[in-house]
Amino acid sequence: MTSLRVAIVDDHAMFRTGVRAEIADAVEVVAEAEDVDSAVTVVEDLAPDVVLLDVHMPGGGGLEVLRRVYPRHPDTKFLALSVSDAAEDVIGVIRAGARGYVTKNISGPELVDAITRVAAGDAVFSPRLAGFVLDAFAGTIEVAQVDEDLDRLTEREREVMRLIARGYAYKEVAKELFISIKTVETHVSSVLRKLQLSSRHELTRWASDRRLI
Amino acid sequence: MTEYRRAVRPADRRLVGGVTAGLADHLGAPIFAVRVAFVVATWWNGAGVIAYLLLWRFMPLRQAELSPGLESATRRGLRTRGRVSPREVVQGLAVGAIGVGVLVFLQITGHGIGGAVLAPLLLALVGVAVIWRQLDDASLGRWMRQTTGLAFAARIGAGLVLVAVAFVYVVTQDRGWGAIVDLLTALGAALVGLGLILGPWLLKLVGDLDDERRERVRSQERADVAAHLHDSVLQTLALLQKNPGDAAQVATLARQQERELRSWLYGTDSTVGDRFAAALRTVAVEVETSHHVPIEAVVVGDVPMDPDVAALVRAAREAMVNAAKHSGADRVDVYAETDGRSVEVFVRDRGAGFDPAGIAEDRVGVKGSIVGRVERHGGTARIRSAPGEGTEVALTMPVRQGEPVPEERRTTS
Repeated sequence: MTSLRVAIVDDHAMFRTGVRAEIADAVEVVAEAEDVDSAVTVVEDLAPDVVLLDVHMPGGGGLEVLRRVYPRHPDTKFLALSVSDAAEDVIGVIRAGARGYVTKNISGPELVDAITRVAAGDAVFSPRLAGFVLDAFAGTIEVAQVDEDLDRLTEREREVMRLIARGYAYKEVAKELFISIKTVETHVSSVLRKLQLSSRHELTRWASDRRLI
Repeated sequence: MTEYRRAVRPADRRLVGGVTAGLADHLGAPIFAVRVAFVVATWWNGAGVIAYLLLWRFMPLRQAELSPGLESATRRGLRTRGRVSPREVVQGLAVGAIGVGVLVFLQITGHGIGGAVLAPLLLALVGVAVIWRQLDDASLGRWMRQTTGLAFAARIGAGLVLVAVAFVYVVTQDRGWGAIVDLLTALGAALVGLGLILGPWLLKLVGDLDDERRERVRSQERADVAAHLHDSVLQTLALLQKNPGDAAQVATLARQQERELRSWLYGTDSTVGDRFAAALRTVAVEVETSHHVPIEAVVVGDVPMDPDVAALVRAAREAMVNAAKHSGADRVDVYAETDGRSVEVFVRDRGAGFDPAGIAEDRVGVKGSIVGRVERHGGTARIRSAPGEGTEVALTMPVRQGEPVPEERRTTS
């Protein structure tokens, strides 16, 4: 199996070096970038499999990078990596196309695991992100809805989100709900899709209260 | 004292002047409905446009208030600022186009405004909108206050032209029946002209007071920042240098400092306030600090504190202490959720675990402080654990009826 081609985008050189050292054994780091413009160039020229994207950086932040390249490069997956933890920016980057969010104090093996997951098309939800998501879709506890309905989470998706927020790994979620890991991944991806596409009044309201749109 | 809720125009969500966005927020109505209302009102003698312009002048513009970290990141261009979505632009244009269509129809059928007035009126409106959009509040103030440069010359020029027009108007008019109206018009034009010329000095007088107050606030804020850095960061660095050998202590200090700094910079995870979420976070911080185990707390929703909720928080604290002390796990996950009717707290570790059936009756920790405490207040406690599989304590507490529904849930759907 060929190793994944990864680009690291962050404005702190020290941090880039640290991440590179931590993941270099497991994946191939093809490029580093330090601001929006260089990140866009890297994605367009090298088409890496996964981009580790800082949320805050010169030129408009991760959101701006996604706005400029995501629609034209659907094969490149983005994983947000941040120290800020500000709900508005994290959800903003997810809504713009990132497939997951991890904090910068994540350990090396965990980061490699997250990169692999994102590259495979899955979503990476930390407990904190799951909490944000539940907050955003609040008040939608009702019985299971039609799957096409983007505006609310199904009961099952909510259950999965709550378990992730409670600190369960995907494997543990699967065991707890008597479903396969694949099914857990499907639910998480579906939540991600809803988060990105939903124009639900509450969600847009929640977002605009925090100025995400 | 209740403060009146004022409608404001959000600076980052303006299509034209931000009036409809501001009104929609204020009234809790969908922005689309507000836009349609303005367009429909315009069909009656342009009432919608007049209302829009008046509101534009009188609703203050508000820049988003952000935490210090986000504000600084925004200023340095590290994040993208909010902007109007393309969908909204298209929607707005469509509504506008329909409105114009109907207006044209009214004109053709002869129910509209007289043709001679309409053209200059439209021109004037577009002109006003363009200029106001360019010079919205702050920069208009700056333009008026400037006493040097091109803007200054332009303003003086405009003022002089207006005064001259008034003068010429009066001189060239014969003393007909409209003499009084003419005189008033001329006076009005002259006053506007004088206002443009003298305005800066008048505005400066008012503005100086404002500036002074703002400057005072700013220097106080700078002092606060310095004090904050001194109290927290410097102290922590000093402590770290004293205990370089104690890994657990160093990690705890670094983590604690990181959390404090982050919460101060980004305003997340507030640990102040008389509400459940703040109380639970405070407890998590306390336990983490005294037991040197990272505790990750995620809270969704919030309710006010009451004796029942307080008991729940104390029981959750006990569960965190148990997990930190006895499980041997390297981190504890805390998740709390409330829908306004009940509060649930989950405390989970991946540590040693134990056999719940085997707890001795005299183990006060679990029986009394957790289960008993919650049950006395009408809640339930469930402990799931098995040797080698970690432990999860699930606590549920109904919220007393009559409590106001938390803000986040007061939605209409």
